[in-house]
This record gives sequence, structure tokens and C-alpha cells, in this order.
Amino acid sequence: MEKLYTKDTQAIFWNNNKTAIQRMLDYDYTIQRKTPSVAAIVAPTSGNKFEKFFYGPDEVMIPLYKSTAAAKKEHANADVLLNFASFRTAYDVTMEAVELGGFSSIMVTAEGIPERLARKMNNTARNAGVTVIGPATVGAIAPGAFKIANIGGTIENIVNSKLHRAGSCGLVTRSGGLFNELSNIIAINADGIAEGVAIGGDRFVGSVFIDNMLRMEKNPEVKYMVLLGEVGGTEEYKIIEAIKNGQIKKPVIAWCIGTIAKHFSTGVQFGHAGASANAEAETAAAKNSAMAEAGIYVPSSFNDLPATINKVYTDMLAAGTISEIPEPSMSLVPKVRRSKEFICTISDDRGEECTYAGFPISSVATPDTGKGIGDVISLLWFKKQYPKWATDFIETVIKTVADHGPAVSGAHNAKVTARAGKSVVESLVTGLLTIGPRFGGAIDGAAKYFKHADDNNLDPKAFLKYMKGEGVPIPGIGHRIKSLKNPDLRVTGLMNYAAEHFPATPLLDYARTVEALTTSKKENLILNVDGTIGILMVDMWRALGYSENEINEFIESGTLNAFFIVGRSIGFIGHVLDEKRLAMPMYRHPMDDILYDVPEAEKL
Amino acid sequence: MAQKAIREYDGKALFSKQWENYFSGFHYGFKSVLVTSGAELLAKAEEHGFEWLKQEALVAKPDMLFGKRGKNDLVLFKTNKPGDVTLADAAKWIDEKISHTTTLLTGQHGTLSHFIIEPFTPHSQEQEYYISATCVGEDDVLYMSAEGGMEVEEGWDEKVNEVVIPIDMSDADMEHAVRANIPADIPAQDKAKFESFAIAFFKFYRDMNFAYLEINPIVMLDNNEMAILDLVARLDDTAGFLMKDTWGEIEYPTAFGMEDQSPEEKAIAEADSKSGASLKLTILSPMGRVWTMVAGGGASVVYADTIADFAEANGGSIADLANYGEYSGGPTTSETKFYADTIIDLMTRHKDPKGEDKIMIIGGAIANFTDVAKTFTGIIQSFEENAEKMKEHNTKIYVRRGGPNYEKGLKDIKEAADRLGLSIEVYGPETHVTDIVRMALEK
Repeated sequence: MEKLYTKDTQAIFWNNNKTAIQRMLDYDYTIQRKTPSVAAIVAPTSGNKFEKFFYGPDEVMIPLYKSTAAAKKEHANADVLLNFASFRTAYDVTMEAVELGGFSSIMVTAEGIPERLARKMNNTARNAGVTVIGPATVGAIAPGAFKIANIGGTIENIVNSKLHRAGSCGLVTRSGGLFNELSNIIAINADGIAEGVAIGGDRFVGSVFIDNMLRMEKNPEVKYMVLLGEVGGTEEYKIIEAIKNGQIKKPVIAWCIGTIAKHFSTGVQFGHAGASANAEAETAAAKNSAMAEAGIYVPSSFNDLPATINKVYTDMLAAGTISEIPEPSMSLVPKVRRSKEFICTISDDRGEECTYAGFPISSVATPDTGKGIGDVISLLWFKKQYPKWATDFIETVIKTVADHGPAVSGAHNAKVTARAGKSVVESLVTGLLTIGPRFGGAIDGAAKYFKHADDNNLDPKAFLKYMKGEGVPIPGIGHRIKSLKNPDLRVTGLMNYAAEHFPATPLLDYARTVEALTTSKKENLILNVDGTIGILMVDMWRALGYSENEINEFIESGTLNAFFIVGRSIGFIGHVLDEKRLAMPMYRHPMDDILYDVPEAEKL
Repeated sequence: MAQKAIREYDGKALFSKQWENYFSGFHYGFKSVLVTSGAELLAKAEEHGFEWLKQEALVAKPDMLFGKRGKNDLVLFKTNKPGDVTLADAAKWIDEKISHTTTLLTGQHGTLSHFIIEPFTPHSQEQEYYISATCVGEDDVLYMSAEGGMEVEEGWDEKVNEVVIPIDMSDADMEHAVRANIPADIPAQDKAKFESFAIAFFKFYRDMNFAYLEINPIVMLDNNEMAILDLVARLDDTAGFLMKDTWGEIEYPTAFGMEDQSPEEKAIAEADSKSGASLKLTILSPMGRVWTMVAGGGASVVYADTIADFAEANGGSIADLANYGEYSGGPTTSETKFYADTIIDLMTRHKDPKGEDKIMIIGGAIANFTDVAKTFTGIIQSFEENAEKMKEHNTKIYVRRGGPNYEKGLKDIKEAADRLGLSIEVYGPETHVTDIVRMALEK
């Protein structure tokens, strides 16, 4: 890996840290990235499916997931994990991500992870070839490509510090606060940075100065490096070693802060947890002089660091090793933005012609398009183009459930309402309002329970026992008059269609084994039309590649019922129009059809 | 800071609590008490379970994190001959020690206040061993020697065997490595015992999240009886949330000789513990003329560095730097005001002996997310209350800051200071972060 991040790098952000993510997207918009740098957010305790963020003047939705695994599954290309978990969970989050694989770098922001856990985490990641930035850091930036969370501060500061486009310097610091400062110094005194990492303030950090500087040595955009070290530790000596053995050839400018410590023998902790000199060689003064001896550009004090940077840069510019960097175009993030109240993800009427999930209406409406109502449903309900076998199945279902005569309760209600002089829509909704657990609901119920049984590998016997425990008859099983010998031809039709056109029908196959058991008890306990539809819908979605979770969500959200609602509306409207045509009078139920049993109310 | 020293007594108590989990097969009596006066020791001897204080010969020594107590003549183990110290002798000795200040060979000085009292354990030099563990670089290292006592540090390389244990080493490999490195001069009859003790010691060190653990000497007596004569321990306090129940209420005392914190430092530490932000204050030189109020940990270091550099280069000294500290992580207005009040109060207590101006450095790097204008509001409120005092001490204020909303912050603080008649100069990110120190101190 010669560059830590590119303009295509995408991250999974662990923790829904809205301000930090918004800052990343503002940066992305400013530098004109094609895709947002945050592909997904992991928010284990959130019930939401996405979070809205601004992308320039517009808004985008970033999906939320309950686990890193779920996010990674959907966003395999996002190979950076931004671990913003607390010090209590940061270790587990990193370890899980390393285990999952597919991450090239993981940034850990938490400060105060137990040292033993930090060591284990860093070691595991290193062995897996994963670069860990942190813990206890604000992160890293590849100007003009990718920026982690809050690093660089506000968008104004980013532009002022030339962090919106790659310069020539590779910057490594321990401190996050001083990282911004150094970026600013390098912008004022040179041409900005090409890549920068704040390695973090804890004693045990994943990638240290040498790891990052060896990578920068290979990065052709980096022409020279600036290292800001600290009192304590011996990491700076590894740089000296790398210069001596020729691994680092680019010019290095360095300074270790904490020279103050020499004035105080014990007790005062200057700076970070990692900043405590245990030996003479670990003092800032010793490291600064050792680095100077090794040919590193070391200023006489921190206050002189800008001048040193300016000199090295100017010399390289004069020598032609560095050339002037053209300023790229930028997009301006608007100062005032308003969040939208409503979101629509299925259709769009803003253009020349309204589209259904991206398809102009005219491209699906007329017969010559070859598209039917099943296609329209697949676009508007599922935002997908279903294959013909599936859209044909949807149409078959709608046609099959369109009507079941005037006696069923929904149709009866619609008819009574129509006869009371109400309009088509009023009569229709009266009928529709009858749809629920007892009327039409068997489709939902069958899908739900048969899928549950299949998911849990219940054999038919165990399933029957389970349903007995639930205290409900099995939805989708049983017919008033039909039996195996006298089959329901609607069911036969659906099953034949599925057998011929579905790639596979595992749930139906399972349901048939259940039916074999129930019909052995009583002839008419057959798989009925509701059951067959519910079960085949599950098989359809499975064959279309939906995950079990997604299918469960369809069932929970009432999608199966929706097919019944659409289909049966056709029938209800038929009955209402029938009443209107016949000009039937107001209906009154005959009194002799009512059992009156009204005792006088008791006095309490 | 992640690594914190604990008292010898607490270390031994932890051994005792976990003994059967790690050292079953060995026996450890844990006869130790921690007291702060002779009277407390005498009272302890009356308690059930502490009869041994009256029955056995005792050893008493300070338990205040410093080592080399023997060389400092601070171990009471004899009045006339070794092993004749009675309860009354120990109580008297303690009362004598707490009555005056004590200076150690290192020059640290202070008043002794905590003592550990244990039975005198007769044993021979041959029964003394050395064992310790800590983290060096990325790895744990176990140190073992057949020679315990004060002398082990002299001739360390010849006497001590080191076992490097990487973080991902399996228990089987660790045990093998320990066995392979048992010091050769451990007598054959003790070798197996020492092996299993050393392995258990390392596991205990590791599982208890010690950063450093040393027993010197550990004495192997007959019947698998172990005596921990002297113990030094540091815990990794970041593991506190995992170890809460195991460690129990453990105290992290201040190092001996470190002057006790001033009320102001304590107040800031308390505010820090209650806040999500970070508030730190150390008073280095109460009479100093340069007072800092710096945002951010890294920035606070470079300001201290630069003040030391310029003070020395301009006829002053390190004593000019009055304090060290930081406020960061988005403190509230009232937290910032409290911090500023504290600094200004300390700064205006003493006139500068040479009659020079007081300098207040309100510094900071370019903030990542802290709202500069908001934090400056707290400082401005403090100026409003303290302006007269600040003027009496000829306070010169130098401000440098960047970050979210810094233009407004700088404008507000400049206007407030001008209105109050305070001397102030303000700078933003276009000025080098520490350059205000040069402006303030260069002559």
C-alpha cells in the first residue's frame, strides 16, 4: 500500500456520530468526490435504517446497520473502518473487524483502552496486515481524497490550511490538536500536505511513525516529510535507523516536543499518556540532537519549525524536486441548508416525465413496452426490475384474489355501504377496512408461520405441535369444501405455474409435507389459496436473492396483505358498481335473522 | 496517565484475594496491616484476627511508593538484634517517624504517613529469590533471579534471567519459555517449585492488568510457605472498568515528596472528573510571572517548551513559568470561567519580586471541533470580574487561537479587554502558534 487513502476510498463509520460524518461529507462535496466517503454507519442500538446528511445543498441517506458484519456484507468495497466506539467497546469492535476481513485500515479514536487489550488489538491487526491508526487519535487525511471525521477542523480551516488538495509533505504527529497546527504551518510555509496521520497519544498505538513514514517514502506525491514527536518512547530512533540504512531517502524535518520536561525531575506529566521519559534517550532533547546528527532537519526550537519547513521547501522548489501545485476547482458548501421533511425513494416527478424507480411512465405503460402491472409493482413497491417469471406470478396472484363472491364479509360490507347511497371510494374503503387477521390475513400468517417452521427446521409434526402451543390454527391450511380429492383449481394453477417457472420452491415443498400430515387427519385440511400465495411469495423472494431478514421485513410490514388489497379492490369495486347499476335500495337486515336476548340491566 | 503505582499493602492484599486461583499448592499468610499512626497500630492489635501483632516479632516500614527503604534506614526489624521488635516498639517508631520530615537519599523529602507492619520472617539468604514482570516495548518480560534482596540490581545482567513473552504467545509456549529460563543457580530441590510459582506469577501479573509487579525478595520457606517480603506494583488504571470487582477499592497515592496538591489544583481536578471536557492544572512556580491558559494537550506542551526557551534566553529562568495545564475537549462556558478565575486568582496573589509585568498566555492550536467563541465567553466573564486585580499586577494578555468560530472569539475577547482597560494582543492561525511567547518574552 503506497497510499493510505484514495479518492475512491469508502469507510464504514462505527457509531452514528452525526457531526463528524457531516464534516466528512462536507469535505467530500468540497473536493468533488464522486461518492460519499462514508458508505455505511454501524449503530447497534438504533432502530433506524438510515441517517440523512447534507451533500452540498442536497441531502443523501447513509444506511445504518446493527453490526459491522451486516454493514460490511452490503458494502464490501468500504475497506476503512472508523471505529468511534468508546474505550469500553473499541477493542471488541476492532477485533471483530479484523476477524471479518476486508479492511485495509482501521482508525480507533477512543482514549484509554486498557493497555493489554490495546497491545493485543494492535498485534492482531498487524499480523492480519491491517493498518491501525490510533487509538486516541483524530485520525488521518489524504488531502483531496479522503478525510477522517474531525481531522482538519472546520471546512474553512481545511481550505485555509490547503487540506483540500494534495501538497508535497508527508506529515506524522502524535498529537491531534497539533496536527491541524502543523498542517497550517506547512500550508503557510510550503505547499500543504499529501498525506497526514496523527498516530495517537496512548502508550500503545497501532501504527507508529516508522510504519507511516515508510509508506510515505513509497508515495510519489510525498516529496519530503515532517515528523512531530514527543518526549517519551524510542519511536523516533527507528526513523534515524531507517535513514541510516537507506529505507528513507526523502528529506525529513523533525521536532520532539516536551523539552520542558528536563526542568522537572519527577511527577509532572507533560502531554499524553505515551509521553513520559523513562531514560535519558527518551527525552525530547536527546531525540532532537540524535535526529539532527542523523541528517534530519531539526530546528533550534518549536518556534523555529516554520522557518525550517520553509527553507527545505524553498530549496526543493528551486532544485525542481517540487513543482508548483495547480489549485483545483472546489464546490462550495452552502452556509444555510434546510433538512427535508419528506423523503421519496420510489418515484420522481421533477423532470420532463415522471419516473417509476428511474423508468419514465411511458417506458412501462403501453403494451409495446412488454411491461405489465407486475412490472409496475416491482418498480414502485420494491424498487427493482423483477424478471418476467416473477412479475407474471405477481399478476397471477392479483387475478387469483380479485374476487370471491358477494358473501365474504368485505364484499358484503362494500355492498351494504353502496346501498346506503355512499360513493365508490367510501364503499370501497368500507370493504377494504374489513381486511385483517380474519379476512385475507391468512396470506401473511401462512408466510410467517411456515417460514418460521422452515427456518427452524421443524419437521411437520413439530410444526403442528408448535402451532398448538401458539393456540392458533395453521394459517393457510383448510378449506370449507375442497379436499385433496376435490382440489381447489386456483391452488393447482399457482402450484403448476411455480413448478414450471420458479427456479426452486423450497418453502412450498416443505408446506406440502405439512399438508400431507394435516390431510391424513382430516380430508379438507389442504393447503388453501391464501397459504399457497403466502408461501410462494417467500419462495419468489428467496429465488430473487433477498436475504431472510429482508423477507421477514416484507412479511412484518404487511407487503403480502398489500397484494390481497390490490387484487380484492378490483372485486370490491365490481360489487359497488353492481349495486349502483341495480339501483338497490337501502339495506335493512331482517329482524327474524337476529337472536334477541336482552335482560334488564342489573343495578350496581 | 495509564500506569499508577499502588501501595505494597494493596498489592499484597490482591495477591491474598487471588491466591487460591493462581498459587494453589503454595501457602501465603497475608499477615499485613497498613496504619498511619502508632495508636492506630495498637488499636488494630486488639481486633480479632490480628492477635499476631502482639504475639510475633514485627517488621515496620513506610508504604509510600518509594523503594530502597533498607538503604534509607527506614525498615524497623530490630531494636537490639534482628527479630526483637515488639508491637510497642513499632508503634513508638511510627510515631517518631511521622513527627518530622524525612529526606531520602534521592533528595525527595516529605512527611511519612503510611506504614506497613508485618511479622518478622526468619530465613536464610539462600531462600530469597527475585521475580518481576513488566512490559518492555511491545512485549511482556518476566525477570527471575536466584538472588533476592537489595543486591540484585548490582550485577543485574549476570544475575537475572529474562523471558520475553509476546502478547500473542500461547500459555503452553509461555510456560515452556519460563521453564527453559529458570536461573541455573536455583537449587535443584527448589527448581520445580520456583518454576510453577514463576508461571503462576506471570499469569497473575497478566490477568490482574499490572503494568509492573516486582517481589524482591520472595522467600520460599518449608512446606510451600511463601513470604512476600517486599513488593512494588503499578496497575494499568485504564483497565479499571474491567477490573472493578477484582481490584476492589484501590487507592492511587501521590508519590512521596510530591508536595500535596494545592486547593486550586484539587478544585480543577475535581471539576475535570465531573466534566466531559479535560481540565488540568499543575502549579510549577507560584511566584512565576508567566501564567498559561492553553487549550489542548499537545499545545500546552509546546507553550511550556517555548516559555522555558525564551525565559532562559532573555535573562529569566524556568521559575518564570508559573503553571502547566490545559482546558480542552469542548468545556462549557462556566467550566472555562472557573478555570480562568482560578488562574487569574493565583496570578494576582503575589507582586512580581522584580517588579515586572505579569504575562497571561491564552494559547491554543487550531481546534478540531471546540467552539472558540463559546469558550472565550467564559474567559471574558472572568476578565469582567477580575479586571481590577489584573491591572494592579500589570497583566499583559497574549491570545492566539484558531478553529471553529475563532474570528468571533478573537473579536469578542479583544473588545472585552479594551472595554475593561486590559492590555491585550490577539492573533489567529496566520500567526505561528507559539509566536506570542516570543512577543511576550523577547526583549
